[in-house]
Amino acid sequence: MDLELTEEQTMLRDTVRELLHRFYDGEALAKAGETDPGWNRTVWKQLADLGVLGLTIDEDDGGVGASPVEVMLVQEELGRALAPEPVLDAVVIPAELLKLTGSAEQRGRLLPALAAGEKLLAFAHAEPGQRWPSTEITTAAAAQGDGYTLTGVKNPVLRGDVADELIVSAVLPGGGTGLFLVDPAGTGVTKRAYRTFDGRRGAQFDFDGAAGELLGDTVDAAEQIALVQGYAQAALCAESVGAMEIALTLTTEYLKTRKQFGVTLSKFQTLTQRAADCYVSLELARSMSLFATAALADGGNDPVVASRARLQVGKSAEHIGQEAIQMHGGIGVTAEYPVSHYVARLTAIGQTLGGALEHRRILADRVGSYDLPEL
Amino acid sequence: MKLALSSDEVAFRDELRHFYKTEIPVEIRDRVKYGHELSRDDIVTANKILNDHGLAVPNWPVAWGGKDWTPMQRHLWLDEMQLASVPEPLTFNASMVGPVIAQFGSEELKQRFLPPTAALDIWWCQGFSEPDAGSDLASLRTTAVRDGDSYIVNGQKIWTTLGQYADWIFCLVRTDPNAPKKQAGISFLLFDVKSPGVTMRPIKLIDGSYEVNEVFFENVRVPADQLVGEENQGWTYAKFLLGNERTSITGVGKTKVKIGLAKDYARQTRTGHGTLLEDPVFAARVAELENELLALELTQLRVVSNSADGKPNPASSVLKLRGSELQQAATELLLDIAGADALPVDAEGIASPAWAQHTGPGYLNYRKVTIYGGSSEVQRSIVSSTILGL
Repeated sequence: MDLELTEEQTMLRDTVRELLHRFYDGEALAKAGETDPGWNRTVWKQLADLGVLGLTIDEDDGGVGASPVEVMLVQEELGRALAPEPVLDAVVIPAELLKLTGSAEQRGRLLPALAAGEKLLAFAHAEPGQRWPSTEITTAAAAQGDGYTLTGVKNPVLRGDVADELIVSAVLPGGGTGLFLVDPAGTGVTKRAYRTFDGRRGAQFDFDGAAGELLGDTVDAAEQIALVQGYAQAALCAESVGAMEIALTLTTEYLKTRKQFGVTLSKFQTLTQRAADCYVSLELARSMSLFATAALADGGNDPVVASRARLQVGKSAEHIGQEAIQMHGGIGVTAEYPVSHYVARLTAIGQTLGGALEHRRILADRVGSYDLPEL
Repeated sequence: MKLALSSDEVAFRDELRHFYKTEIPVEIRDRVKYGHELSRDDIVTANKILNDHGLAVPNWPVAWGGKDWTPMQRHLWLDEMQLASVPEPLTFNASMVGPVIAQFGSEELKQRFLPPTAALDIWWCQGFSEPDAGSDLASLRTTAVRDGDSYIVNGQKIWTTLGQYADWIFCLVRTDPNAPKKQAGISFLLFDVKSPGVTMRPIKLIDGSYEVNEVFFENVRVPADQLVGEENQGWTYAKFLLGNERTSITGVGKTKVKIGLAKDYARQTRTGHGTLLEDPVFAARVAELENELLALELTQLRVVSNSADGKPNPASSVLKLRGSELQQAATELLLDIAGADALPVDAEGIASPAWAQHTGPGYLNYRKVTIYGGSSEVQRSIVSSTILGL
C-alpha cells in the first residue's frame, strides 16, 4: 500500500497550484461567478497548454494519458483555488464517455479538441422527476434516415450553457440507452441557461426532434455511464477535499486575527475545540478521497467505493462548511469574503451525483451481504 | 499511489493471522471477542506466548527484543492481533514503561528491567493521575524526597488500571517543589508495590467491575537507583510515553470485531418485519458506522506511513479521539440490538442470551475510553494548538 505522491505528481500539483493562485486570490475569487460564463478563458488556455485538460486523454488522441491520480490532484487544486473552470463537466466526463463509447472517427474528431481546450462538451443525462442513481430515462431516440432524432427534456445539464456539443442519453428504438452527439444550436433544441447557487452555470435542454449522432455502436451505454459517474464521484471528492482544506484554513486564520473582548478568538476554547473537530472531519474525508482515487488507479471502478467516499466527504463538507461560517460570524454569510463561496460550492457538490441520503442507501442496502468491510 | 498490500506484506499478514489463531488458546480469544473479563493468568499466558515468539515488543529497540519492522508491518501486527481477538501485550509494560526505560534509562536499568518487562514476569501499573491532577497532570503533588541512597515517597495516585494485579509501579513524583514551572520538578520513579507503606484500594466501576484503583504512599522508601534518567526530567519521559499510548488505543480491529458480532446478532433478531439487519433504519446506522471506521482505518494507515522516524505524530490525537468515539458507537449498537434482553445481568438459565446480558455493562464501561489516555477534550486541544496553530 502506498498513498504517497511521486515527484512528478508533486510537481504537477505545485504547477497547477501556482497557475490558479495567480488568477484567484480573495477578491477575484469572490467576483469570478458574477459575469458569464463564470470562468476565465485565459486560465482555460493555460490549463490546456499545461496539458491539464488532456490528462485523461490518450497520447494518440492529443492528450497526456495520465492516471486517475493526476486527474484527482488537479481536481483538489481546483477545489483549493475555488477555480470555476469547467474541467470536470466540460472535458473529463465527456472525454471518458467518448473513450468508452465513441468510434475511432468520433474520438479522433473530438478528443484532441477537448485536450487543446478548443471545444467544450456537456453531458445531458439527468431528467426532471428522476433522482440519482435512477437509470430510468424518457428522452427517446427515433431512427431517421442514417441517423436519429431525439425528443425529451434534460435538466440540470451542468455547464450546458457553454457547450459546443452535447452528449445526450436517450432510449434507443430497440430499448437500450444510447449516447448521442447533439448540436445545442441545432433545430429542435431549446436551451435555457441559468446560474447555479455556487456561482457556476447550467442549462435545461428541450429536444423536439433534434438530430443526434449515435456514439459508436453501443446498444446500451448504461454500464459506461455508471463507470464515468464513478470516475466523476472521485473527482468531486478530490475537489471537495481541496475546498474544505481552504475553508478550514480561512477559519483558523480568522480565529487567530479577529479580536473580541480584547483577545483573539483563538483564546476561546469553545471555538478551538470545534476547529479541532473540523480538522478531524477534513482528515477523514481526505483518507476516503485517496481511497477512491487509489482504487481507480488500481484499475477498479466500484460504485460502492465511490459511495463510501462520497458519504464521508459529504458529511465532512457539511460539517466544515457550517462551522466555517458560524466561526466567522456575520462576515461568513457575506458574498464579499471568500469563505461563503467555498461553502456554497461544497453545498452544491453535496447535491451533485447523489447526496448523503442516496450514498448512505447504497451502502445500507448491502450491509447484510458481508461480515466486515475490507479495503 | 497504490491501495493493495505488496506480496511481502500479504505474506507477513497471513503468517501472523495463522500464528494468532493457532498459538493463542481459543478460550482466551473468545473471552476477548465476547467481552468477558480476562483473568491475570489469561493475560500473562497470551503475553508469554507472544514474547516467546518475539512478538510482544516489536516497537522496542532490536537489542531488547524489538523488530526492525516497517510502519506497515507494525500496523499489521496489531491489526491482525485485534481481529483475532488476541489480548494485546500488557500496555503498561510493552507500550509505556518499556519504551521509556529503553529510551531514557541507564544500561543497568535496562538489563534489570527490560527482559522481565517484555516477558510479563513483572506486571507494571501506572502511577500518573492524582485526585487533583487528571487532565492537568503536571499539577501532581506526590513527593519524593532524597534521603541518602533512597527517595521517600508520600502521596496518592488514582485510576491505576489493573493495579490489583501489579508487581511494580512507574510513578511520576515531585522531586523539586520549588521549580519555576510545575512541569520542571517532576521525576520518573520505579518501585515494588509490595514495599512497606504502599496501599492499593480497588474502585468499583459503573458496570460493577474492578479495573482501577487508588494507591496511597506513606513514607515509601525507594532505592535511588530506581530513578529513570535524570532527576526532574520526568515530564519529558511522560510526554514521550503518552504519545505512544495515544497511537495504540485507536482500536480499529477491535471495533471491527464488535460490528461483525453486532451484524450476527441483528441477523438473529426478529422485528415483526423480518430481521433487525433487514430494517432500513438499522442498516443505515450500521452502514454509517462501518464507513466511519473505514475512514479511520485509512487515516491510521496514512499516519503509519508518515511516522517512519518513530516520533509520536500529532495526528495520533485524531486517531485517539475518533477511535474512542467509534469504540463507543459499537457498544451502543450492541446494546440497542440486545434491547430488553440487555436488562438482566449475570443471570443463568434464562432466555436472555449471555451476549445480550453483557451489552449494558459493556456500554457503560466503555464511557471510559473517551476519558482515559488523554480525554477527547485534551486531544482536541492538542490538535488545535499543535496542528492548527491556535
